[in-house]
Amino acid sequence: MPTPILEMQEITKEFPGVIALDKVTFEVAQGEIHCLVGENGAGKSTLMKVLSGVYPYGVYSGEIIFDGLAQQFRNIKESEKAGIAIIYQEFALVPEMTIYENIFLGHEISNAFGVDWNETIKRTNDILKKVRLNINPATKVKDLGVGQQQLVEIAKALSREVKLLILDEPTAALNEEDAENLFVLLRDLKEQGVTSVLITHKLKEVIDIADTVTVLRDGQTVGTLSAANGEVTENVLIKNMVGREIENIYPPRKPMEQGDIVFEVKDWNAVHPGLGRTILKDINFHVRKGEIVGVAGLMGSARTELALSLFGNPYGYKLDGEMYMRGIRVELNHPQDAIDERVAYVTEDRKSTGLILIQDVKQNITLANLRKLAQRGVVDRNAEIKVATEYKQSLDIRTPSIEQKVENLSGGNQQKVSVAKWLFAKPDVLILDEPTRGIDVGAKYEIYSLMNELVEQGMSIIMISSELPEILGMSDRVYVVSSGRITGELKIEDATQENIMQMATL
Amino acid sequence: MTFFNNATRIFRQNIREYGMFIALFVIMAIFSITTDGIFISSRNISNLINQAGFIAVLGIGMTLVIVIRHIDLSVGFLAGFLGAVAAIAMVSWGWPVIVVIPFVLLLGALAGLIPGFLVARLKIPAFVATLAGWLIYRGALLVVTQSTGTIIIPNDAFNAIGNGYIPDIPRVPIFPEVHKVTLLLGIIAIILYVFNEIRTRRNKQSYNFEVLPPDLFALKLVFVSALIGGLTWVLAGFNGLSWTAVIVILVALIYHFVTTNTVLGRHIYAVGGNPEAAKLSGVNVNRITLVVFGQMGMLSALSGILFAARLQSATTTAGTLFELDAIAAAFVGGVSAGGGIGKVIGSLVGALVMISLTSGMNLMGIDIAYQYIVRGAVLAAAVIFDVATRNR
Repeated sequence: MPTPILEMQEITKEFPGVIALDKVTFEVAQGEIHCLVGENGAGKSTLMKVLSGVYPYGVYSGEIIFDGLAQQFRNIKESEKAGIAIIYQEFALVPEMTIYENIFLGHEISNAFGVDWNETIKRTNDILKKVRLNINPATKVKDLGVGQQQLVEIAKALSREVKLLILDEPTAALNEEDAENLFVLLRDLKEQGVTSVLITHKLKEVIDIADTVTVLRDGQTVGTLSAANGEVTENVLIKNMVGREIENIYPPRKPMEQGDIVFEVKDWNAVHPGLGRTILKDINFHVRKGEIVGVAGLMGSARTELALSLFGNPYGYKLDGEMYMRGIRVELNHPQDAIDERVAYVTEDRKSTGLILIQDVKQNITLANLRKLAQRGVVDRNAEIKVATEYKQSLDIRTPSIEQKVENLSGGNQQKVSVAKWLFAKPDVLILDEPTRGIDVGAKYEIYSLMNELVEQGMSIIMISSELPEILGMSDRVYVVSSGRITGELKIEDATQENIMQMATL
Repeated sequence: MTFFNNATRIFRQNIREYGMFIALFVIMAIFSITTDGIFISSRNISNLINQAGFIAVLGIGMTLVIVIRHIDLSVGFLAGFLGAVAAIAMVSWGWPVIVVIPFVLLLGALAGLIPGFLVARLKIPAFVATLAGWLIYRGALLVVTQSTGTIIIPNDAFNAIGNGYIPDIPRVPIFPEVHKVTLLLGIIAIILYVFNEIRTRRNKQSYNFEVLPPDLFALKLVFVSALIGGLTWVLAGFNGLSWTAVIVILVALIYHFVTTNTVLGRHIYAVGGNPEAAKLSGVNVNRITLVVFGQMGMLSALSGILFAARLQSATTTAGTLFELDAIAAAFVGGVSAGGGIGKVIGSLVGALVMISLTSGMNLMGIDIAYQYIVRGAVLAAAVIFDVATRNR
């Protein structure tokens, strides 16, 4: 085995009530591309926070040897100084600053008169060449696309002579072309001697790029797989990640009779109140009882805006058109109206718009329908505990207690809390926006099974998703959205990845 | 030794909650020593509580404003101005007290709705909207007191709110030096507290929630009971419970109930914790903002009434710096500047901490200049403590 650049030995980290890491061992060899995979809550993020010094030396046990030296990082600065750079999903760039200002932010090149901008720009150009970003370094970061911003982040790391580059879910926000470019770049950097660690959920990427894979499960290292030995295959990975083999990613559903139309909009238009821009144009759309309708569309196609316009229009779009609930015309002017009409909406971003992270599981589950638990405005706390306990059990939310703060839960379990909240609102129409984004294979399967169960009970589901396999695997019928219009409606028998993608790019 | 281990663990987990009680205790202990016991004397404690009253009610209201991530700078001069309005209503218009008080409270609530509207509907930063209010009410206070200067309030019933004490049972021979009704109320309070704690604990146990181990639970009961008992005894040794204290305790209890047990309270904390998520969960964020600023205005009016009654007059400078004392009380009491976290009881304790500092340093004869510095340092320490313990 080649010399390791990083050895993390017997790392253990505990939180109140949870052991996040249990004697985890993680070794990365010099000059390889190493993938770190595992279900949500397996401990990947915690491990990286230990490595980068977010959790300082002393709050975990075990040792870290980096570049031949035992390290005791007390903060991110120390780990950066040693040559470790972590690029998170949320970029640490200042949008109003130029590329070169961002790249050298915090380690500006100075001469006798202050910052030497000429030298800065010259070096920026060199680094941008390395990451193959052919763009004027004086461009402001806010004017760049997501993929380009990511390249700037990598350039920033390279400018600090990084020895170990760690990317957390680097392709989550990228389109396929940008993702492909990123991988080409990573292989390039590998040639130049930069070691990379990728944290990812996408098994195809792992198979595509990894030299070595470390799998974490429930806070323990369950295996290290080598691509050279042919161990990196989908089956082996899934088996290692979930500890069982999943034959079918999409659970089977009982065939159902087509029910009546529950929810419908006709000639639906929306205009952005501030910008005066048309967001939605001539949408005609319906859902039947017991049906899962998939809404496919690329980023920026106004999928989410469509959902918001249906769910009580919380951002005040100027709406035009007719909405029918069980055949009766309704107007929903506030999310509360939507809830009263039994429409529910699980947001795409559970952390920023779905949950109240600093509150506990119980409070989050009951928030949307608290009035049901109250008499004359006073909440029956015993009833609340009963409700929360029920959902904890029926959705298998893994938490030590319903009084645990949601921020301490893993992504998959947070998503279950989000869904539980809306199930408690007893909807007839459930809108799910990217229901499985950023959650692991096991939790995905559970969410899909739950969706099946719900439609069998007569609920209708509108599922917005950018993952085509998910759309094809779960829907009864598919609408394709592009630039605020419905560009196609397909029966599931007729839908293929190709024709959906073709309509999505119309 | 499990008792000791348990105690340390629970203390660590709840350090945020216990922190301010410990701070109050330490401050009181220090001043009791440095003033040879004058600080802890019945007269001084009674006085101190009356002084804390008009800041405490503001602090309680400010808790909710900060919880929903806003601030209200206008409360001080609004209190001063409404105190003057109360005085004028009684002196110049000859209105009876029973009409004046609800009238002024209503005015306060309406005044609070104005920044509420600006913040909720027009999305104006609360800092700016209420800074405008600060200037306007300061001017308004000067306008209404311009011709007369200080307005003396000759109404005994009104002034009793700031200076009077609850009546005692006359001619009962036992404990002649002690205020018996106060003592009785203290005993009732202890009984209610113990009963309620035991009930809550049983309830939690029935759901298999984590509860304090029996020995620690007993210790907590003894400690809090001793605290209530001690305070009652000290107060009973002077004139008993003041009307100010009664009002503050009532306000605190009502607010505690509303914030912890009602849909409204839960919605307020939801908006503070994550306004977007609250909105998308059907919470009417605008309405919550209006309610919170409205109640702040109403408590400002109450604060103005308490202050005017205490001085038995409305002065041209009434309300100066109240807003900063109230904000400081809230932060010292554990309200988080990040929103969504903070308890009204905490802010009440925070107000007591700040007033204790003033009172103790006054008794020690410390120069007012140094008093400001010390109070500033305590405020900074409280916020540092908040940030340092948040990520545990």
